[in-house]
Amino acid sequence: MRNRIWLLVAAVLLAACGSSGGNASTSPSSSLLSGYINVFAAASLTASFNSLGVAFHRASPGVGVNFNYAGTPTLVTQIEQGAPADVFASADTTNMDKLTADGFTSGSSRTFARNQLEIVVAPGNPKSITGLADLAKPGLIYITEGPTVPAGKYSLQALAMAGVKVTPKSLETSVSAVISKIELGEADAGIVYTTDITAAGPRVQGVPIPAASNVIATYPIVAVKGTRYPDVASAFIAYVLSSTGQSTLATFGFLPPS
Amino acid sequence: MRRERVPIVVIVPAAIGAAFFILPLLGLIVRSPWRDAVTALTAPETLEALKLSLLASLSATAVGLVLGVPLAWIYARVEFPGRDLLRALTTLPMVLPPVVGGIALLLAFGRRGLFGSWLDSSFGITLPFTTAGVVMAETFVAMPFLILTVEAGLRSMDRRYEEAARALGASRWRVFTRVTLPLIAPSLFAGAVLCWARALGEFGATITFAGNFPGVTQTMPLAVYLLLETNQEASFILSLVLLLISLVVLVGLRHRWLIA
Repeated sequence: MRNRIWLLVAAVLLAACGSSGGNASTSPSSSLLSGYINVFAAASLTASFNSLGVAFHRASPGVGVNFNYAGTPTLVTQIEQGAPADVFASADTTNMDKLTADGFTSGSSRTFARNQLEIVVAPGNPKSITGLADLAKPGLIYITEGPTVPAGKYSLQALAMAGVKVTPKSLETSVSAVISKIELGEADAGIVYTTDITAAGPRVQGVPIPAASNVIATYPIVAVKGTRYPDVASAFIAYVLSSTGQSTLATFGFLPPS
Repeated sequence: MRRERVPIVVIVPAAIGAAFFILPLLGLIVRSPWRDAVTALTAPETLEALKLSLLASLSATAVGLVLGVPLAWIYARVEFPGRDLLRALTTLPMVLPPVVGGIALLLAFGRRGLFGSWLDSSFGITLPFTTAGVVMAETFVAMPFLILTVEAGLRSMDRRYEEAARALGASRWRVFTRVTLPLIAPSLFAGAVLCWARALGEFGATITFAGNFPGVTQTMPLAVYLLLETNQEASFILSLVLLLISLVVLVGLRHRWLIA
C-alpha cells in the first residue's frame, strides 16, 4: 500500500513541474502556393491576426496558417529553443532586434502596425479613473505586464512621462493576462494597448491616455530562418502589409505603420 | 538474494524509459554556466525569490499539517457515507492541472469569488496578489500529498497500542499526542516533506491566483520561468537548484521512510 502510494506520489511530483507551451496543429494542403506555416505573434495581435489568417486562407486555399500567441519575450524564447516558427510578429523592436542579433531571422523585418496605450478598467469605470495619475490612488489595485513584455515596458515609460509613481500589485506575463484579471474583478486598472480594449468588447472599458504621456508601440514582422515554406511565409507577410491587411488591422484599432 | 536474468524485452524499454528522465536532467547540468553559478544564486532577485519560496512553502506545509492530519485521521478511522467521494475531492489537486486549481481558487477566494467577496466586503481582506494567496495556492496543490501519506500511516499502524493506552485511562487527546502521533511519525515526516517539496515547486496555481510580483508573490518557479526570457543562464542555474532539492527529498525519503 505504502509503496503504491509512493509511486503515485513520485509520478505526480515529477509530472507537476510543467507549464504551458505553444500549440501547433497541422493542416497540410496543396495548390499553387502550398504549405502551412506557424505564425508566432504577440498576444496583443490575437484578434486581428485570427481575422487576417482566415482571410489569407480564403485568398489562397492551398495554405494553412497556425497561430501561437504569447507575450513577445516568451515567443523569442520559444523560437530560440527550436519551436517550429515560420513568421514572427513582435510587439516591439527590442525583441525583434534580439532575435535578429541571435541569427534566427531571415531577411529584414518590416513594420506593419503601430499601437498606443490605454488604461483598462471594468465596464462602467467603477473607480472613476480619468488618467494615469488616478492609478496611484490609495486602495486601488493596479496591475501591469512585466518589464520584459513590451506593453509592460511601455507602461513604465508612460507613467514616467506623466510623473506618476505607482507600484503594481502584479507583473503579469502578457496583455491578455492583465485583461482577464480586470474582467475577473481581481484588479481595478491596468495598462494595455488600445487594440486590446477594442478586441475585448463590452467586457472591459478604456480610459484614453493623452498623447503627451502616451507611448507608440511599433510592430515589426519577419520570416524566421529555416522556415520550411519561405514562399508562404513571405506571402503572409505581404498580405499583412497589403492594403487589405492594413484595413483589417485598422478595424481592430491599430495605427498605420507611419 | 539470487540475481535474476533480465529479459531483453524488459531491459530495452526500461533503459529508454530511464533515459527519458535522465537526459533532461543531463541537459540542464551540461548547459548550466557553472562559472556564473555564484553570481546567479546571490543576485538580489534570486535571494528574494528564494526567501519568499521558503517562507511560503514552509507556511503551506504548516497549514497542511494543521488541516491535513485531522482530515487523514477522519479518512482512516471514521466510516461515513460519502467518505470516498470526500477523499477524492480533497486529493483532486494531485491530478488537476495547477492552472485550473488557480482559476478555481480565484472563483472561490478572489475579490468577486463566492467566499472572497464576503471576505472583502466584511473585512476588507483580498487574497490575490498577496503572499497569503501564494500560501493558499501552494497548500491547495500540496496538501493532498500529506493527507494521503498520513492516512496510509494511520491505516498501517498497530492500533492495540492506542487501545492499551485508553484502557489504562489516558484521555483521547493524550492517546493521540503521546501514542498515535509518535507511531505515525515516519509517515508524518514523509508527508510533510513531500508536501513541502510540491509547494516549493508550485507554479501554475500561484501565477494564476496570486500573480507575480518580486518579493510578494514571485516564488522560485515563477522567477525561473521569467528569467528564461531575460537571463537564460540564471534560469538554468535556478532550475538546477530546484532539481537538486527535489532529488535530495526523493532519495532521502525513499531510503529512510518509505520502504515499508
